[in-house]
Order: sequence, then C-alpha cells, then structure tokens
Amino acid sequence: MNLALTRRKEKSQPGDWVLRGTSILFLVLIVIIPLVVIFQDGLREGFDSFWYQINLPIARSSINLTLWTSALMTVINAVMGLITAYVLVRFEFPGKRLVNAIIDLPLAIPTLVTGIMLVILYGPQQALGGFLIEKLNFRIVFAPTGIVLSLLFITFPFVVRTIQPVLEELDRSQERAAATLGASPWTIFRKIVLPALILPTLGGSLLSFSRAVGEFGAVVIVAGNIPLRTQTAAVYVFSQVESENRLGASAVSIVLVLISFVVLFVANAIQKYWGAHR
Amino acid sequence: MNQEKKGLGAWVLIAVMVIYVIILIVGPIIALASGAFQDGVVPAVRSISSGVFAQSLVLTLRISVLVVVIQLLLGTMIAWMLVRHAFVGKSLLNGLIDIPFAVSPVVVGYMLLLLFGRNSPLFPLLDRWDYRVAFDTPGMFLATLFVCFPFMIREMVPVIQNLDRQQEFAAATLGASSWTRFWRIIFPQLKSGLIYGMTLTLARAIGEFGAVLVIGGGVQGRTETATLFIFRALEERRYIEAYSAALLLGAFSVLIVFLADGLKRSHEKKQMISAEVNTL
Repeated sequence: MNLALTRRKEKSQPGDWVLRGTSILFLVLIVIIPLVVIFQDGLREGFDSFWYQINLPIARSSINLTLWTSALMTVINAVMGLITAYVLVRFEFPGKRLVNAIIDLPLAIPTLVTGIMLVILYGPQQALGGFLIEKLNFRIVFAPTGIVLSLLFITFPFVVRTIQPVLEELDRSQERAAATLGASPWTIFRKIVLPALILPTLGGSLLSFSRAVGEFGAVVIVAGNIPLRTQTAAVYVFSQVESENRLGASAVSIVLVLISFVVLFVANAIQKYWGAHR
Repeated sequence: MNQEKKGLGAWVLIAVMVIYVIILIVGPIIALASGAFQDGVVPAVRSISSGVFAQSLVLTLRISVLVVVIQLLLGTMIAWMLVRHAFVGKSLLNGLIDIPFAVSPVVVGYMLLLLFGRNSPLFPLLDRWDYRVAFDTPGMFLATLFVCFPFMIREMVPVIQNLDRQQEFAAATLGASSWTRFWRIIFPQLKSGLIYGMTLTLARAIGEFGAVLVIGGGVQGRTETATLFIFRALEERRYIEAYSAALLLGAFSVLIVFLADGLKRSHEKKQMISAEVNTL
C-alpha cells in the first residue's frame, strides 16, 4: 500500500465533526452514563457501607465462587484451546472441517440455551446425570462443576480463535532447522512454538475470563440460585434486585464492573505489547 | 500445506481434542434435541405453536431488528471514524467500545433500572410525558443495544482498514463525487463485512437474557421475549415447551451465523482471486 497516500493528512470538514460528535454522544449515552450511575448509586452512602455490603457473607461467597470458577475455567480453556488450535493448524484428519465449524457454535448459541443443554444432559433426573451422582457421587448440575462446564462451553472459541491465526503465520523454518539438528517434537514445541503462542494464549484467556465473570443466563440455569453454595456474583446481583436491596446490588455490581475493567485493560495492554514486539 | 508423517503423539493430540469437543459441545447439543423430541416431533412442534411463544418471538424480533439497524448505521460510523479519523481521545474511545462485552448482562439491566426506574430523578419527567422505559420495550431495547454494542464495530474496523484506497483516490482524481465513490467503490467492499456484523449482532440480540430480564421484568404478553418465555416455561416445569423453544432459538442463531460466515468466506476468496489477478 502506498504510505504517502494513506498518511496524507485529511482536512477536517464540518461533516467530519458531525460524524465525530454523533459517535461520541452515542457512546456516552449508551455506555458511559449507565456506568457512572452504578458507581454513584453504590457509593452514595459512603465507602464504608459499600465495603460492608460486599463483605456480607453471602455477597462475599458469591464473589469468591465467581472468581474461582472463572479462574479454573480459564486455565482449562488455555490448555485445551492451545491443543485444539495446534491440532487444527498442524494436522490433517478426517472430519477436521466439521470440528472447525463446531468450535464456532458457542458464539451463536444463546447462553440460556447452553444452560438448558447442560441441565438436560447432567440433571439428576437424566440418565447420565443420575448415573454420575449415584455411581460416582459426582454432581454437575446445581454444583460448581456445572458452572465451570457452562463457562467452558461459552468461552471455548475465544482462546482457539486467537491462537489459530498466529500459529498459521508462524515461520516454520526454525522448527525444521531444529528437527534437522535432532530435536524431538516435544522439545521443538516447548522451545520454539510455545514461546510464540504465550501472549496470544494469555490474551484469549483473559478475554474468556472477563466474559465468564459476568455470565448469568447459563449459570442461573445450571447452578440454580443457592446462596453460599452455587450463587455467583451476577446471580447475587439479580436476587438483590428482586428483593429490592439496592445498595447490595449496586455494591456487588461495582465489584463485577471493576474486575471486567482491570482484566480488559490488561488484555488490551498485552495485545498492544504483542503487536509492537512481533 | 506440507504434511509430515504423523506419529503416535499426533494421533493422541487429535483424539484428545476431538473427544473434548464432543463432550463439551456436541453432547449438550444432542441432549437438547433429544430433550425436545423426547415424546416425538409432534408434541414438540405443538408445544411451541401456542400464541404466547409466537408473541414473545415477535417482541424479540422487533427489539433485535431495531438494534441491528441502529448498529448498522452508528456502529459502522464509529468504526469508520476509528480507522479514518485522528482525534484527541481516540485510544480512550477505542478502549471503551469493548466494555459492554465484559459487563455482566444483569448489571446492564440493573444500570438501566437505576437510570429509568421509579427511584430515578428522570422518572417524574418521563412520567409526565407518560413514557415508560423501565419494565417496557424501550428499556429492553436499550439493554440489548448496550450488550450488542461492540460486535458491529469490531467486525467493521478491520474491513475498513483493508479497503483499497488507491481505487478511491483514482476515482476522486477522475472527478467522482464522494457519494459516487461511496456507493460504487467503498460500499461493495464493505458489503459482506456489514452482513456478517449484522448477523453477529442479531444472534447476540436474539439470545440476550439477563439484561432484558432485569429491565423488562418478563411480564407475559407485555415484556416477555423468547428467552424469557423459555425461562418461565422452565420454572413452571413445562419442559417440552422450554426445550423445544430453546432448540428453535439456538438452531436459528446458529443457522444465520453460519450462512453469513459462508457468505463472508466466499467474498474473501473472490477478493483474493481478484487481488491476484491485479498483481498479474
């Protein structure tokens, strides 16, 4: 592409200002004002009552449950996403195109529907779910396992689809050189392929974490709404809205929003760093 | 692509991955289909032929289509601005766009409830005009718009970045008006991206649940969307109805996304071919 042309500075015209103004106004109205309102509402009785609200046992346990299930999901997702992307890019096998298409399904399926799927499959009244509970004493539905499983379903494409393009563009001459010099496939993977994939894996994982922390539709179906046991922070906010505990709902909402902000910020920083050091 | 001979390790990896995908994704999907059709196809179809479900679907589509149209105009505009304009605060704006992706839908609905609900300072004002936002369609529309905000923009930014500017300059040199340039040169290149972005937005809007539940309240016949219908059917233990409606909604979303994906791919292929022809 011709750099001189693309770099050519365009003079701002009145039309541009209208365009710019409308876009920024739209963003402020739709995104910024609602966010400001929630911070204002949660802190309206001072920081102490905000702190008190998020430290109530039920609120605290819901935040903890959200954090650890999302973190566990993120670790599993990182490992399986890495393996999946690697297999899809590097190996040919029958049914590969089908598998590749299936990976995108969670992006299209409403999360409420995901929750229903898991309840049908693993619910205590179902064949498989009943078997797992009776024979192995392994509970999935109405237990944290179900939360992790539904989060894995929803966020699976994120890691795979961030790693795949990077792996496709990876220069393979280094790997061939290493192979010629007698390095084992595992050594090649560990010393050459993996370092190139660490940042994209991290970026995709953080993306899935930030998405998982706020998940509601799937979790409320799969985990139910049992305080102190299976109630996540988003479900807690919902139950406090229903019981009209405004301060409690706003306080935990602020925590959720802050977690997403921090994670998104780090993910963006990683992406920028990665873009600059490629 | 060059294929190496696969060792045992490769086959193990392939097997691990395929089994994981089957357990994680395929199993639950089959379970949903078998749950919906557990008494046969006829009861499943009959269960969702009721007027109530149709009514909820109409509400879902009304909200979703409006969101898609607004995002088509404003989302594309914002993407255009992010690529072609330089201005103060651009990187901040760029960071803000992803926020709706990470904010919990429940929190989105709740924010709007605080903003437009009975305790809000705006409420008396809206009440005087007899205009309801909370527990009514406008609020549900705003919630869906918030949740769908990033999709169109994130889809269109790379498409606009990849526009062939030489053609634009050539047309401008030859005296084409900016209107002609847009419709004859820019729009054809954007078309498949626009369709894909609209489809992603539509799928996300149709599936939205938490935000519309909190702001709309899910009143049957008034603020009940298709997802809220499914939720209520589940709570009232009308399982076949819930499963069948969930299957229909899921299948529809998957279908539109796949169709749009196929369209986009064939378009990309065409573009690649024409680019190769040009370099020859």
